[in-house]
Amino acid sequence: MSAMNPHLKFQSQAVAKPYFVFALILFVGQVLFGLIMGLQYIVGDFLFPLIPFNVARMVHTNLLIVWLLFGFMGAAYYLIPEEADRELHSPKLAIILFWVFAAAGVLTILGYLLVPYAALAEMTGNHLLPTMGREFLEQPTITKIGIVLVALGFLYNVGMTLLKGRKTVISTVMMTGLIGLAVFFLFAFYNPENLARDKYYWWFVVHLWVEGVWELIMGAMLAFVLIKVTGVDREVIEKWLYVIIAMALITGIIGTGHHFFWIGAPEVWLWVGSIFSALEPLPFFAMVLFSLNMVNRRRRQHPNKAASIWAIGTTVTAFFGAGVWGFMHTLAPVNYYTHGSQLTAAHGHLAFYGAYAMIVMTMISYAMPRLRGLGEAPDARAQRIEIWGFWLMTISMVAITLFLTAAGVIQVWLQRIPADGAAMSFMNTTDQLMVFFWLRLIAGVFFLIGLVCYLFSFRQRGRVTADDTVTATAAI
Amino acid sequence: MSETFTKGMARNIYFGGSIFFFLVFLGLTYHTEQTFPERTNASELTEAVVRGKEVWENNNCIGCHSLLGEGAYFAPELGNVFYRRGEDAAFKPFLAAWMKAQPLGVPGRRAMPQFNLSEQEVDDLAEFLKWTSKIDTNNWPPNKEG
Repeated sequence: MSAMNPHLKFQSQAVAKPYFVFALILFVGQVLFGLIMGLQYIVGDFLFPLIPFNVARMVHTNLLIVWLLFGFMGAAYYLIPEEADRELHSPKLAIILFWVFAAAGVLTILGYLLVPYAALAEMTGNHLLPTMGREFLEQPTITKIGIVLVALGFLYNVGMTLLKGRKTVISTVMMTGLIGLAVFFLFAFYNPENLARDKYYWWFVVHLWVEGVWELIMGAMLAFVLIKVTGVDREVIEKWLYVIIAMALITGIIGTGHHFFWIGAPEVWLWVGSIFSALEPLPFFAMVLFSLNMVNRRRRQHPNKAASIWAIGTTVTAFFGAGVWGFMHTLAPVNYYTHGSQLTAAHGHLAFYGAYAMIVMTMISYAMPRLRGLGEAPDARAQRIEIWGFWLMTISMVAITLFLTAAGVIQVWLQRIPADGAAMSFMNTTDQLMVFFWLRLIAGVFFLIGLVCYLFSFRQRGRVTADDTVTATAAI
Repeated sequence: MSETFTKGMARNIYFGGSIFFFLVFLGLTYHTEQTFPERTNASELTEAVVRGKEVWENNNCIGCHSLLGEGAYFAPELGNVFYRRGEDAAFKPFLAAWMKAQPLGVPGRRAMPQFNLSEQEVDDLAEFLKWTSKIDTNNWPPNKEG
């Protein structure tokens, strides 16, 4: 940064920009590997043995997690100084941690791609503290330690900013979510010898992240953007935020039980998990009401229409993906047949995209024009392209979800419901689902087109009003 | 929301509710821990089973297969593969032959890599899968096909 950016309340907010840019680069990688897997679902030996399915999947899911973390960190660096009403404690630390995290992430992904996984485990001394080889936690132990160190530095940085500044509900909730994220990640280091116990505590990372503390982060980011784009009174927004996160944690903590039905945990979870997780759509429904209400009651006409569309879009898509599609198979008697089928994949895709990918893009949509020195909003043409990207990606993801749902229903019908002898084998069932896997792949290609379209919306350069032109080219 | 429902009330529900339900969650976790030894036949969790779990993890098997329904859905469920593939009489020889034969090389078919496991490792893996198949999973999966 060589010049003042008049569109930022605090210059140190600018550290958010590399986080957002890198998040979107990783997002592209995630989608490309998703397409590779989509094709492997049809042509089983595509790219074999160069990129076996397990490697592609590891890259796909790990890139998702890491780009969302970059997005959350960028969001925190942007919104916490503004809420705390002071500069970030140490912009320099934020930039150093950016490079550390980015390097660790890239090296880990390269490790996945270039070395057989067993060799990677050996190279990184997995036997000293075995944490690898568990879904989503495939990172070498050393990478996990790096993540913890980055998280500590990050929490220190935003925490100091918060402590020294104004404490608002939004920044406190954001901070609580981020601390929770770091604390629950520590369970990634606990890998008991007993598989049932291993799985039980594995969910302390996975479920208590995405159906727990991440909802706090999402809620805080949503509340921040809604205050900005609607001008609705902070008191009202903060009351909504409390209601949403109360619902999220009251239902979500015990809702973890819907993962404990069939992994060796006791029967009590069949009831407790079903009841509480059936209520888990509530916070997402409240978020829909929240975003629609606030936008309808807006006190100003914000020029960034795209940001409002993302804000409403994320709540609606999350409600369907996490709420409705989650509820569909969360009751134990249903889940008995659907557990670990293509229905699970359908739910996972729309939930992650709707809740977390879209909230990060909501934040980016709001903050990026300012970070880039363009002003409150990109020009109309750039917004039009961004909104095209929004619809293409969202509709494609809904299509992916519907095709996987159809595949899942047929899979359950053929493979799960019939008795021994009559039930079709997994591999034969797969052959019956081919048409849906084709359709899913086509929808995936449209998703990529949507993503490219979205990225094109960032092409606007310096076509801003006269008093902005000086800074338009100066940012980073 | 109406004016009688204040921000303070919402905040109290958030704090009170989440702390209360977190404590309930810890209580249920304690209960779960009490049941694990019996439900998982912990006394049969031998060193071979532990080594087998390491083989399972070090080769990222979960990246294609599911185990007790969790993992990827690209390849068959293995929590009950012990029952599907011959139980005590035939499972071990089956697994050894299967691992040796990979990749099958059928064009267009989903392909499993050759992991070059030693005989010992394959045996440990078999022990791990056998032990896993005996975990009390509330009768999941519904049938042998997993």
